[in-house]
Amino acid sequence: MRVALFVTCLVDLMRPRVGFATVQLLQQAGCEVVVPEQQTCCGQPAYNNGDADNARAIARQVIEYLDDFSHVVIPSGSCAGMLVHHYPRLFDDEPAWRTRALQLAERCYELTQFLVDVLGVTQFDARYPGQVSYHDSCSAQREMGVYRQPRLLLDKVHGLTRLEPEGGEQCCGFGGTFSVKFGDISTAMVDAKVEHICQTGADTLVAGDLGCLLNIAGRLSRQGKSVRAFHIAELLAGMTEQPLFGLDEK
Amino acid sequence: MKSTSREFKANARRALNDAILQQALLRVGTGFVERRQQALDELPDAEALGERARIIKQHSLDRLDEYLLEFEKNVQAQGGQVHWAETAEQAQALCVDLCRQAGAHSVIKGKTMVGEEIGLNEALESAGLETVETDLGEYIIQLAEEPPSHIIAPAIHKSRRQIIELFDHFHDRSDYPGPLQSVADIVNEARAVLRSKYLEADVGITGANFLIADTGSTVLVTNEGNGDLCSALPDTHIVIAGIEKILPTMDDAALLLRLLARNATGQDITAYTSFFSGARRSDDTDGPKNFHIVLVDNGRSQMLGGEYRDMLRCIRCGACMNHCPVYAAVGGHAYGWVYPGPMGSVLTPLISGLEQSSALPNASTFCGRCEDVCPMSIPLPRLLRQLRNEAHRRHLDSWTARTSLTLWAWLARHPKLYRLITGAGLGLLKHLGRADGRLRRLPLIGGWMQSRDLPTPGRSFISQWQAHRNASTRDAGGDHPDE
Repeated sequence: MRVALFVTCLVDLMRPRVGFATVQLLQQAGCEVVVPEQQTCCGQPAYNNGDADNARAIARQVIEYLDDFSHVVIPSGSCAGMLVHHYPRLFDDEPAWRTRALQLAERCYELTQFLVDVLGVTQFDARYPGQVSYHDSCSAQREMGVYRQPRLLLDKVHGLTRLEPEGGEQCCGFGGTFSVKFGDISTAMVDAKVEHICQTGADTLVAGDLGCLLNIAGRLSRQGKSVRAFHIAELLAGMTEQPLFGLDEK
Repeated sequence: MKSTSREFKANARRALNDAILQQALLRVGTGFVERRQQALDELPDAEALGERARIIKQHSLDRLDEYLLEFEKNVQAQGGQVHWAETAEQAQALCVDLCRQAGAHSVIKGKTMVGEEIGLNEALESAGLETVETDLGEYIIQLAEEPPSHIIAPAIHKSRRQIIELFDHFHDRSDYPGPLQSVADIVNEARAVLRSKYLEADVGITGANFLIADTGSTVLVTNEGNGDLCSALPDTHIVIAGIEKILPTMDDAALLLRLLARNATGQDITAYTSFFSGARRSDDTDGPKNFHIVLVDNGRSQMLGGEYRDMLRCIRCGACMNHCPVYAAVGGHAYGWVYPGPMGSVLTPLISGLEQSSALPNASTFCGRCEDVCPMSIPLPRLLRQLRNEAHRRHLDSWTARTSLTLWAWLARHPKLYRLITGAGLGLLKHLGRADGRLRRLPLIGGWMQSRDLPTPGRSFISQWQAHRNASTRDAGGDHPDE
């Protein structure tokens, strides 16, 4: 199966390892992975800050360069949600583009959703001897219906103990530019999330969205806490020598 | 009510540092949220009920004029009078005039958010009328001279200690010796103090949760029974309500009532559900001699014809704010006006103006929890985004934010330049990063850096992929991530 990787701007710029891990997982599962090199961003920053025109301009380009692929895989619930749910809405007044956006939406998948629901692959022979707390992004839960899939995947990792945190339905406070514009409130929200995660006693935080991960792990780092953080792709691909923050003490 | 929405960020900062408020806000997250879920789980099919309710409300709004006129006719047939107020000022004037006509000196009030919206208490007090709130929460904030911080529980931000201090200060301890310790003590004392106010009052003013067209009735839900006393004891009863409260039939009201209390407080029904249908009949032993309804527009008919019409389905249950993580962090006062939380972030700009309240629709992560729990399926995040679109059109956003985001969008559409500029940026950040691989300080994103680190980045995925692809077309090498 030939799939396109929509790597997302955060992964591309801040944690490329997640992109390589995603490629590895897809290849292990038997896919041919193509990376459209003109990709930049899904357009959420424009979309969520009231700039629908620019969001539309970006969306048209994305629709164009993803036209050729039967499956598009996205290691982020947030960007997947943008392409699947919001692109069609951007073109409410442009029937031709709306049709194309709806057509693209049918071909886009969040990573864990693709692995489990489309490929039927849950086992990667991964090994991680640690206690993991998994965080669901709001978009993954509410826009993409992703909840079961990452848990299924993590439960198949040898040596991994998964500890479910309280308040999984509560936002971590990232919200893209919200975390910068309303830093105080965002900090209060991430503190509530950090408390839930630390209460599990887990030594590792895993998430399917890099935005949330940077937010929560960034707070843990500033607080000097030693919880290691990984994107789920990295963990499943066995790329766990270096957590998101700090050099590995183990 | 005067708005401080412009100072949302400062309000929020104050709220975050207010230990008593933070303690009080914990109650919202646990109490209301858990009890609501339990109450909905008891229903055979809460979703179907919600869908039915949405259809009824939508239908009512589609025929708003017809149902309001039918309502007026039926109110009049029962000896009541209906008054139409297009603006807040007109609504104020109508209420004050009705009180004057009644020769009133004192007014007792039930909780009414539309009353807060139009500045009713200020108008009554300016006209020399003694105005006493009879809902316990409203009574407390009236003593404290504060606005409500929640549409269902207006004094939820107050601790028991703070309430006791207020009562100690305002109640005559020779008449009410106290001492006050428990919640029951507080309630009993309020009851005793208010009893005489009820008996003295010339006019009772209440709100309405619904207006019923076919019976010409208004519906009011309370847990204290204060609505009934406001109606039955004074000679004149005035009901003030937004025009969007209208429903076609009693059956429709009954259906919506099944959702209201469950979503608001987690009760299957409030202690009192009152139907007021006109003035006292000749053979009635009690009830108001004069019954008036003041219908308030104040921007609602404007919303009806536009892209925010879904907001008119709101039944003021408060579920959205109870589940909102931003409300949970800062409470209701930060929003600066009558309506807080997600519904307030839509209504405040629409009613009181976007220029002074543009922070509100921005103070959201679009987590979507509000939309999930709204019994009327109001697409709150979409409405908030629409307000952001409007703010952007009107250049209400900060110059820095607007410029950097426009630049980002432009780069995103020019991939080669994007690679170049982001490549340079990443190189710079790598240089700025500390030995431990963290960035602790950066310009422009102080909101993040004040409390969080960022990992020091390296070379982007795409540029590594391109290089790797180029290399492997030269020599067949294996996958080897650089970072």
